[in-house]
Amino acid sequence: MARRHPSTPDGSTVAAAPPLTLALGTARRLAGRLPLHLSLMALMVLWSIPTIALLVSSFRDPMAIASSGWWNAIREPFDLTANNYQTVLEKQGMARAFFNSVIITVPSTVLVILVAAWAAYAFAWMKFPTRNLLFLLMVALLVVPVQMTLIPVLRLYSDVTINAELPILGGRIFGTGSYMGMWVAHTAYGLPFAIYLLRNFFGSLPRDLFESAYLDGASDLRVFFRIVLPLSMPAISALAIFQFLWVWNDLLVALIFLGGEPDLAPMTVKVTNLVSSFGTNYQVLTAAAFISMALPLVIFFALQRYFVQGILAGSVKG
Amino acid sequence: MATVTYDHVTKRFDTVVAVNDFNLEIPDKEFLVLVGPSGCGKSTALRLLAGLEEITEGDIYIGDRLVNHVPAKDRDIAMVFQSYALYPHMSVYDNMAFGLTLRKVPKEEIDRRVREAAQILGIEDLLKRKPRQLSGGQRQRVALGRAMVRDPAAFLLDEPLSNLDAKLRVQTRAELSKLHQRLGTTFIYVTHDQVEAMTMATRIAVMKDGLLQQVGAPQDLYDRPENVFVAGFIGSPAMNFFQARVKGQREEMHLDIDSFQVPVPASWLDDLLPYGGKEVIFGMRPENICDPECQPCSTEAAPVTAMVDVTEVMGSEIFLHLVADGKAFMARVDPRCRARPGQEIRVEFDMARMHVFDPETEEAIGSREKR
Amino acid sequence: MVGRRWWTPWLWLAPALALLGVFLVYPVVDTVRRSFLDERSKSFVGLDNYRFIIDNPQPLVSDTHSALLNNIMWLTLFTGITVALGLILAVLTGRVRYEAAAKSSIFIPMAISFVAAAVIWRFMYEFNTDIGTVNAAVTSAGGESTDWLRDTGSPQTWLTERGPDTMPRPIQINNLALIFVGVWMWTGFAMVVLSAGLKGISTEVLEAARVDGANEWQIFRRIIVPILSPTIVVVATTLVIQGLKKFDLVWVMTGGRAKTDVVATLFYKEAFRVGDFGVGAALAVVLLLWVLPIMVISIRRFQFQEETR
Repeated sequence: MARRHPSTPDGSTVAAAPPLTLALGTARRLAGRLPLHLSLMALMVLWSIPTIALLVSSFRDPMAIASSGWWNAIREPFDLTANNYQTVLEKQGMARAFFNSVIITVPSTVLVILVAAWAAYAFAWMKFPTRNLLFLLMVALLVVPVQMTLIPVLRLYSDVTINAELPILGGRIFGTGSYMGMWVAHTAYGLPFAIYLLRNFFGSLPRDLFESAYLDGASDLRVFFRIVLPLSMPAISALAIFQFLWVWNDLLVALIFLGGEPDLAPMTVKVTNLVSSFGTNYQVLTAAAFISMALPLVIFFALQRYFVQGILAGSVKG
Repeated sequence: MATVTYDHVTKRFDTVVAVNDFNLEIPDKEFLVLVGPSGCGKSTALRLLAGLEEITEGDIYIGDRLVNHVPAKDRDIAMVFQSYALYPHMSVYDNMAFGLTLRKVPKEEIDRRVREAAQILGIEDLLKRKPRQLSGGQRQRVALGRAMVRDPAAFLLDEPLSNLDAKLRVQTRAELSKLHQRLGTTFIYVTHDQVEAMTMATRIAVMKDGLLQQVGAPQDLYDRPENVFVAGFIGSPAMNFFQARVKGQREEMHLDIDSFQVPVPASWLDDLLPYGGKEVIFGMRPENICDPECQPCSTEAAPVTAMVDVTEVMGSEIFLHLVADGKAFMARVDPRCRARPGQEIRVEFDMARMHVFDPETEEAIGSREKR
Repeated sequence: MVGRRWWTPWLWLAPALALLGVFLVYPVVDTVRRSFLDERSKSFVGLDNYRFIIDNPQPLVSDTHSALLNNIMWLTLFTGITVALGLILAVLTGRVRYEAAAKSSIFIPMAISFVAAAVIWRFMYEFNTDIGTVNAAVTSAGGESTDWLRDTGSPQTWLTERGPDTMPRPIQINNLALIFVGVWMWTGFAMVVLSAGLKGISTEVLEAARVDGANEWQIFRRIIVPILSPTIVVVATTLVIQGLKKFDLVWVMTGGRAKTDVVATLFYKEAFRVGDFGVGAALAVVLLLWVLPIMVISIRRFQFQEETR
């Protein structure tokens, strides 16, 4: 029986293994994995082509788009132009729409986090009668189709609409055709998911932390702002990304509550209108669509990790 | 039932050599324990045998069959994992029956074997339960049972006791030994715990950094470690090591350890002669250091004066943490000894039980019989 | 905590409860009420609105039967294909070194709005082979250019060149084309969630199965899928809800033309184009009825999670 000692230099000894069997084994393994790689690659290509097609076409000359497939652009890579973007941004009002999307999305995202974190703290760390029942109801609300709520809420809005114009931003102050109406609506629709996600995260924080803070004499408010919020940044970032994308990509709520006010329309509404009026004018549509995708894509690539976390944390989103 | 042979087996992960030119023959019916610190390659060696990792170089035989390219399922081995790896969605019965179902064993035969194994392990009442309804000890038994029903050529066990509490571990150790006798199958058992190795093994293989250090019966490893690593790894508390210099000639020969000197017993003179004037590593187990006040050593006792730093009372014995001129070492003495922290006491080294190692190669000096 | 005033929790909950009450609870109740009233919500009409949906008296203006059938198509095909593809991709991507890149490319459509996706796919489906990628591929493979969003024939007629059509009605080419866009957008979601579940399965369990004698397919079929089934249910319920509520995609791509309406688009048409709030509300209630079982499943699952927490 051969023995090796730690200090003998033959740690690097190469045992005499027949190289042929080794090579055969490797080859066999590779051949076995070929179908795996091929099918995966095929799916990756299939899934990427539509987005790439859009991106390439949005930089092509209108004449070229109409007369030859986007895949021909590879042959004449210097014919690409940013004219489509200029047209869309200037003549079709996409710049204003982009601005509207930001105005609608940012406050809706902040509001939903505040209100939901507030409620989730109570659900997670306060005892009160009907707590579980109330939370179950919240889970149930996750699956209510938004469409269903539109008519009644629209009726309510028409009763409370304040017709005066909102300074600086434009639109009415509240009700249909107002930014504020959009903020409140998006916040409300985002709440069930947000509360569900945050409550689960808050609930997973160690109990000792709260108890020691209470013993130190901290109030609920203090615990909430100094302990819960800072510790929950992963969940809150995930939620923020989600809510941001959800509001940014929303069409239905904007279509209904903005009441066709063209000055307030976010990009989704704008692009939809372009589709119905420009049908197959792909130089306009592709550029417009890509502008509306740009920010979500940036967020997606920059914050992919949180994005995935958010999905995993609450994959019941309705 | 079969012999297992590792023939110059090497496993590399990218740049790391996990198992390095590993040679070992495990005869049929042996209980071999692969032991070593974490990351020493012992688990990898086991997984190579199981067919869960590909061998980089070398050959593994089960019986006479070369199994390098035989998939795990066709190797006729069973494995018990550290986490037990029970199928969470199956009942205990189905967990145990799964391997047999896949092999298309007739239903009645499966039933017979599962019930027999369950009876041996005392888990007949649990057959309908799901793994999550079981305690750690029960899960461990189910994992064993799942291996047993297969009636494999060899049992592979990867740290199967490390998730049990201390008391259950002691109990299960004895039961595993009993099971081994009863089944009469080759057991290959991986652990980082030298106590498990000592208590259960018929032979122990010690590994470090992917290299096999020494193979032998437990008592043999304890009495005659072949290098510093094995000497320090086997035995608890670990052996004390001192930097020493061999001084003096013949009858005058002694080991100089800066703070104190110990005479070299006559039987060692020939072995240490070539090291005259040179550095060696002097090893002494804590249990071979005694307090002459309460329990004198053997005839070849060498007195050493030291300061008591800390005492650990174990009930059946006391561990003394001693310091002699800045050099710390441990003694394991009778509980009647009255040494107190801060006291200066005189202890005796049992020189008949001494170990000496070459500082360069870290290999043991002296003929085997002596050690 | 001892000494917390009884109304403190309610203070913390108040903003959320108020918003949920106004925007979700009240509308549900009100919609149910309106579904029993006439088009202006003035007088009680009993079940007339529901009878309208069942009888389908105006198939040319608002084809309720087609919408209901199409929704069932969405529910089954969209959910089934997406879950299956997601599962396959979760398993495949977990076995290669370029896992991150593979996942990103499948996942990107998740970040895109339905509106942008609609533009992308109108472009892909374009009839003109100099523009439409799909038709360019079909024609270069020897097939005929197809108007994917208008063709109400079944895949059978398409394959057999306008031959006999024995397939059930709602299996229309344009519906399938729309559903594929949904699949394209949601497969990433299914893949990510299932892949996380897959990573949660201990490797030792899979190795145990291998040592027990299972081949790759048996491991997948008898170990992975059963262990993953709770996750599969989560993914499937989410997708069913998506399939039910499908609005944006259909609305922007076809506007419900050529028999592609689903309940949500028909509801929108009834309520906001035709102006019949009664029928619109009844359609919304139908959607809610379909969602109810899922609501029950979600609540059960949540209670189970709480117990096992």
